[in-house]
Amino acid sequence: MAIDTETAARVAKLARIKVEDSDLPALAGEFNAILGFIEQLNEVDVSGIEPMTSVTPMRLKRRVDAVTDGDQQDKIRANAPDFREGFFAVPKVVE
Amino acid sequence: MSDLNALTLAGARDKLVAKEITSVELTEACLAAIEGSDSLNAFVHKTPEIALDQARAADQRLAKGSQQDPAPALCGLPLGIKDLFCTKGVPSQAASAILKGFKPEYESTVSQNLLDAGAVMLGKLNMDEFAMGSSNETSVYGDTVNPWKVDDRRLTPGGSSGGSAGAVAADLCLAATGTDTGGSIRQPAAFTGTVGIKPTYGRCSRWGIVAFASSLDQAGPITKSVRDAAIMLEAMCGHDPKDSTSSELPVPNFEALLTGDIRGQKIGIPKEYRMDGMPDEIEALWRDGAAKLADAGAEMVDISLPHTKYALPAYYVIAPAEASSNLARYDGVRYGHRATLDAGDGITEMYEKTRAEGFGAEVQRRVMVGTYVLSAGFYDAYYNRARKVRALIKQDFDTVFAAGVDAILAPTTPSAAFGLGEMQNADPLQMYLNDVFTVTVNLAGLPGVSVPAGLDAQGLPLGLQLIGRPWEEGDLLNCALALERAVGFSQKPNKWW
Repeated sequence: MAIDTETAARVAKLARIKVEDSDLPALAGEFNAILGFIEQLNEVDVSGIEPMTSVTPMRLKRRVDAVTDGDQQDKIRANAPDFREGFFAVPKVVE
Repeated sequence: MSDLNALTLAGARDKLVAKEITSVELTEACLAAIEGSDSLNAFVHKTPEIALDQARAADQRLAKGSQQDPAPALCGLPLGIKDLFCTKGVPSQAASAILKGFKPEYESTVSQNLLDAGAVMLGKLNMDEFAMGSSNETSVYGDTVNPWKVDDRRLTPGGSSGGSAGAVAADLCLAATGTDTGGSIRQPAAFTGTVGIKPTYGRCSRWGIVAFASSLDQAGPITKSVRDAAIMLEAMCGHDPKDSTSSELPVPNFEALLTGDIRGQKIGIPKEYRMDGMPDEIEALWRDGAAKLADAGAEMVDISLPHTKYALPAYYVIAPAEASSNLARYDGVRYGHRATLDAGDGITEMYEKTRAEGFGAEVQRRVMVGTYVLSAGFYDAYYNRARKVRALIKQDFDTVFAAGVDAILAPTTPSAAFGLGEMQNADPLQMYLNDVFTVTVNLAGLPGVSVPAGLDAQGLPLGLQLIGRPWEEGDLLNCALALERAVGFSQKPNKWW
């Protein structure tokens, strides 16, 4: 199915990426090219096939439910753009 | 002594152990080569002080070494590290503006394994942004230039591990780390006349490597020889409790398995890899490689991998889907870039502006494609269908291996290195076709190695790819050694930079 500029705008919103209105037609065009390429998958008979979840047949390992680290606030804040009074600071979320 | 930087890992190791050279001399030779290589733009963060400290420590360790207590495998050997690996206290940006200034407080497991094996880190290497690209043109640091040059064009070293492959080919380091999600080790290795191996999914820990597509990403080495690939891969591998997909299987001594004897091995030639419009040169290279392996005593068999054609479209659903999820963490809150906000902007504007400023065009495109294929109403049609096709692609390989095939021979790439900027106006799909022979291996989780196999008519290197059974990197590298010996590729780029 063809993607119009409205759909492109909705996807950009979902992905939390600001796209200027003037760039939406080009973006929609690229989506259509890529999705057109992906459409080939419809030629494959996949009836009875389970979607692959893991490349190696393995059960995900579990670890002991225990604290393994912590108490490293300085390391965690070291790369933060805005850190104040023990918190990551962001614009006001709730009015 | 001159040209120490041109040594292989094995050659330098032997000279270090024999005390013919020191790690400081070797490291200084590499640092001098790096200083003179800015026009290649391979090393984007140089760490000479760290390197020399590590080299001095390695020399002390080597001085104490004895037969009873040998120095570790990579002791004193200078390496380059792809910018995708988090390295403690050293910028690690995945070649993205969104991680500008990011200095991890921790070391990735693979780079830690290399340091534990005594390696010296020379610095961080250029790559495509978030490993998304096949030409190293999506990097925030600018293009890496291939040391191979045949006319006045500047050529791509391939991608995404373009800085790694270029640096090894130009003798700026003895070897380098790479990562491979759809061909990002093997394609640049082929474009630069180097050896690159992607091991079985789960061999190398992914912990501390910036994630692109978690079910496909694997680290591996780019080196000057197959022997070096065996030495370095062994040091990189191993179980890691911090990566739940990392394997607990023991890591063999890959170098000890290198005999070069492939008599009686069955090597498959997949007919589906003979694509329409394949250049004659690639076809001839492939045929010659097969003939040489047959001369070495291997039995060549025609095989079929019927779903090959659907690997790229499946990849371009699965990889962007996983990327859109993995890259959701870049939100301008905990680390990395945050956009300057206008009065009245709320948290959504902060996310949207930060990600628009921080991600380049190709990354944005893939994140949005991934968002689309995972969105309500399309999840089954795209994502689940792609995962079913992926299961069929893996089944193709399982069937061939169950029939007794030991390895598969195919070209690594559909062409030699192309000019930087030549694909600028092509649609993104043209660039994606670079991965047509490599991407199947990631989807099936198999090991694959690219070995330089000759020069094209222009004088540019071409690679052949060997694909192995899961967890049989030892056999695969042995087969690669036989191919390397039979081909006898020894050309180097002429220094112009």
